[in-house]
Amino acid sequence: MTTFALLLITGLGLGALYFLIAAGLSLIWGLMRVLNFAHGAFFTVAAYAGWSATRLVGGASLEVQWLVAVLVAIAVGGVFATLTEVVLIRPLYARHVGQVLVTVGLALATISLVQGGFGSDPKQLQLPAWMTSTTTVLGANIPNTRLLVIVLAALVFGLLLFFLRRTRFGLIVRAGVENRAMVQALGIDVQRAFTLVFAIGGMAAGLAGMLAGTYFGTIDPGRGTTMLLFAFIVVIIGGLGSVTGSALAAVVVGVLQQFLNFYGAAGVGDFSVVLLLAIVLLVRPGGFSGASG
Amino acid sequence: MSAAADPVAPATPLLGVRDLNVYFGESHILQGVSFGVRRGGITGLLGRNGVGKTTTLRGILGLVPRTGSVTFDGEETVRLGTHEIVRRGVAYVPEDRDVFAGLTVDENLRLAERAGAPLRYDLVYELFPELKTRAAQKAGTLSGGQQQMVALARALLNGDNRILLVDEPTKGLAPLVVRHVVDALRRAAEIATILLVEQNLSVAHSLVRDVVVLDQGRVSFTGDVEQLMGDPALARKHLGLAAAGSH
Repeated sequence: MTTFALLLITGLGLGALYFLIAAGLSLIWGLMRVLNFAHGAFFTVAAYAGWSATRLVGGASLEVQWLVAVLVAIAVGGVFATLTEVVLIRPLYARHVGQVLVTVGLALATISLVQGGFGSDPKQLQLPAWMTSTTTVLGANIPNTRLLVIVLAALVFGLLLFFLRRTRFGLIVRAGVENRAMVQALGIDVQRAFTLVFAIGGMAAGLAGMLAGTYFGTIDPGRGTTMLLFAFIVVIIGGLGSVTGSALAAVVVGVLQQFLNFYGAAGVGDFSVVLLLAIVLLVRPGGFSGASG
Repeated sequence: MSAAADPVAPATPLLGVRDLNVYFGESHILQGVSFGVRRGGITGLLGRNGVGKTTTLRGILGLVPRTGSVTFDGEETVRLGTHEIVRRGVAYVPEDRDVFAGLTVDENLRLAERAGAPLRYDLVYELFPELKTRAAQKAGTLSGGQQQMVALARALLNGDNRILLVDEPTKGLAPLVVRHVVDALRRAAEIATILLVEQNLSVAHSLVRDVVVLDQGRVSFTGDVEQLMGDPALARKHLGLAAAGSH
């Protein structure tokens, strides 16, 4: 029972990180039909910006340093994503090959720049003492970082649902995911929704970057790319354009990965996720949410 | 073609289309379409299947790439984005209704609200009282007729809409619902100009005043509906009818 609880909560924590990346990816695809391979770069740049911010406020307590790092990561992720949409993606709408090339190029260039500036070795993140201790849940000593990541991802999920269901911009995004042309035909500037969705996606990826550093204890230039791969799988399993579907799929993928990596041979968990993707595509091509596209 | 020398005939048409061309890949769908829509009443855009009627409406709105000139109330709109054209008072009721299936009826209507425009919920609910009782229902679960009501309601909602581009509003509907839609269009024509694409010629005949007929991506006739429908030879030539008004 102890191991089960530990694996379950650790898997939920991993799923929470996947969700934070996947939610933005899913909305961006759903609304704009843009496959954003640069999303991992938002994650990485924001994480390094957050880490750098902790150096700037080195005299403050570790709690304050961590909070500053998170806020900086969210802001940098949002700004980077907004600039990417305005400068690089906007001129390439409806040119899907161009979008893929630009976002892949941006991701590669960004990771190389980060490696050039900060080196390839992981950077240790100094965490407040309460984060490095554990809480006993069902007999298992769960690192508090796992619980923190889960709580914050749940909070973001709630905020995203509120945004989508209770605000006019959210209404526009939901409608745009269904039929972008008709939204324009109602006199709505869907371009603004595009930029907003990119910004929100970048902010969530930025938060994920810093929370991944908190979860693993370090940040490194390659993690964004690895996480992005699984986040894409989550987006497809959850259903393109569905935040709730992404949340559900992220939980399934994270937990499955943890359990099978523990009970099976190394790498079985990762392989099982790809297998799950194949099964979902065969049985329910629209993913958990059932969206057809 | 009618006798008028200039196909954009009305002196100052509310909507003027001149030399509109649309290409889909190698296909030249609209080949220099020109016509005018005068203020008030309903103008019918008629023609056989596949002659470019829907593409014309989409071209006017900028929903497809096009060249030529489209003026609305004297202002050139061909360089504007779709949302900018719509905000000038052009509403669109698409052929397949295009309601947002995952949104409720109420959300579909709220999405159509435009800041600064007087909203005509009273009129909408007077014409379609069912929409009020089904406000919380997902639009995707409505019948075809109810979805058409949502589509028409979205177009009628903003008080500053001056022209409605309505594409085959009776397509696939039961006769009782067709009558309801026809009544709603008559009422709408009292407050806005309508450019109506309609395959049901008896419906078109009962509603429209002016007619523009398209054939193979070109305007083949413009004029009065009675002139066209009252002349079997003309009707046969332009609409392929054995006898005018037989549909």
